Amino acid sequence: MIKIKNLHKSFNSHKVLRGVNLEIPQGSMTFIMGGSGTGKSVLLKHIVGLIRPDEGEIWFEGQDITKLSERELQKVRKKIGLLFQEGALFDSMTVAENVAFPLKEHSGLSEKEIMHKVEELLSAVELLPAKDKYPSELSGGMKKRASLARTLALNPQVVLFDEPTTGLDPILQNTIMDLIRRVKEQFGLTCVIVSHDVPLALRYGTYLAFLHEGVIVESGTPKEILSSSHPYVTKFLESALMDIKKE
Amino acid sequence: MRLFQFLGSGFISFLQDVGGIFLFFWKALIFTFTPPFRFRLFLKQVEFIGVRSWLVVALTALFSGMVTAYQVHHALVKFGGQSVLGGVVALTLTRELGPVLSAIMVVARAGSAMTAELGSMRITEQIDALKIMAVNPIQYLVTPRLWAGMLVVPLLTAMADLIGIAGGYVIGVLVLGIDHGIFMAKMKDMVELVDIMSGICKSIFFGAFLVSVCCYKGYYARGGAEGIGRATTEAVVISSVGILIFDYIMTTLFF
Repeated sequence: MIKIKNLHKSFNSHKVLRGVNLEIPQGSMTFIMGGSGTGKSVLLKHIVGLIRPDEGEIWFEGQDITKLSERELQKVRKKIGLLFQEGALFDSMTVAENVAFPLKEHSGLSEKEIMHKVEELLSAVELLPAKDKYPSELSGGMKKRASLARTLALNPQVVLFDEPTTGLDPILQNTIMDLIRRVKEQFGLTCVIVSHDVPLALRYGTYLAFLHEGVIVESGTPKEILSSSHPYVTKFLESALMDIKKE
Repeated sequence: MRLFQFLGSGFISFLQDVGGIFLFFWKALIFTFTPPFRFRLFLKQVEFIGVRSWLVVALTALFSGMVTAYQVHHALVKFGGQSVLGGVVALTLTRELGPVLSAIMVVARAGSAMTAELGSMRITEQIDALKIMAVNPIQYLVTPRLWAGMLVVPLLTAMADLIGIAGGYVIGVLVLGIDHGIFMAKMKDMVELVDIMSGICKSIFFGAFLVSVCCYKGYYARGGAEGIGRATTEAVVISSVGILIFDYIMTTLFF
């Protein structure tokens, strides 16, 4: 589905990605795991062309998107959605207007059809009652759901999530993850989720990849990851799961 | 050595800004001719930059016209030339004060708001969200503002010219006692179409310049709330000083 080959990226003299190789299976719920500041979000932004790599390739539907012009990238971006960590909703628009925005830009639907589709999407993320609210009036979880509805508006094949559960309480984390899994099934998506939450990844992920010191050091199904002998992965899992045992 | 380093890095940063602003302006201009055409956003910006700025521009022009009339009269009286007051006030306003003050008022009222709005959109990833939704952010955010600026600043300048001259008339004729006929006749004698048009041409340039600077500073803002504040200050300072410098350059070219 998405194939990342030898991806390198530096910011000034700081090397963030040092040769990332990763294949994201179609229809999977892939978690990209790793410590804070390891470049997980940077990797995600490369996949939609928001950041250009210094070296390497990202293959999607038979084309290397790192070589595409901004205009060509626009076509790819209709197929790959990105859900930002803070939602990135337009604060001057209501929830409904936010969700309607990509439809107005690209769908060619009438105003009535757009409103119908908006209500459908907001129902899917259980946010219909808040459709006339502004982003500033929403809680963190509601913002993420509104942003998810907006991302789904263009019927993407792939949705990338930048830490979708960060800052939420454990119950809300599960609610959001259940919602992501449900819309994934409903819309037939491939989901790529950046996170450092091991329990959530093991519970919801179908494929996990560990980013450490700029490279993917381990990837596989949750079962394969749990039996990994890589020192960093073992340490990461032990630290996370130890906390749970203590609790 | 450190002094050279400081001056050198300052100069490089200045050149980067100049080049960046020009490229930004160029991109916004080019995207005018590629669909979708965003006429509704253009009208919204005309309302924001123009309609909401008219009062502050009108007040500035009125009092500038009045004070100019007072000061010029004070100078002219010394050699008995007060009869040309109407012409001098009108020339000062149409050539210089009208375009410069209108543009600076638009910078203060609308330009600073543009920088803050775009800066906030940048910091909260709303500009990236536009890209993700396959919308060109420069075409969506900057192009309508650029054209609105180039249309509205000349219109505000024309209004400022009229109101400023009216202010000068009130002081000259009603307060200082200059004859109405002489005031009007001298104005007609001394002011030519080229004087009015030079001011209008300047203001079209000022409109494009101030929108480019303010949008550029907001679009590339970084560093949270403090960064937005810094970007807004820089946008207002660069725009205002730039307007005065370009006014001088264009005056020397026109006349």
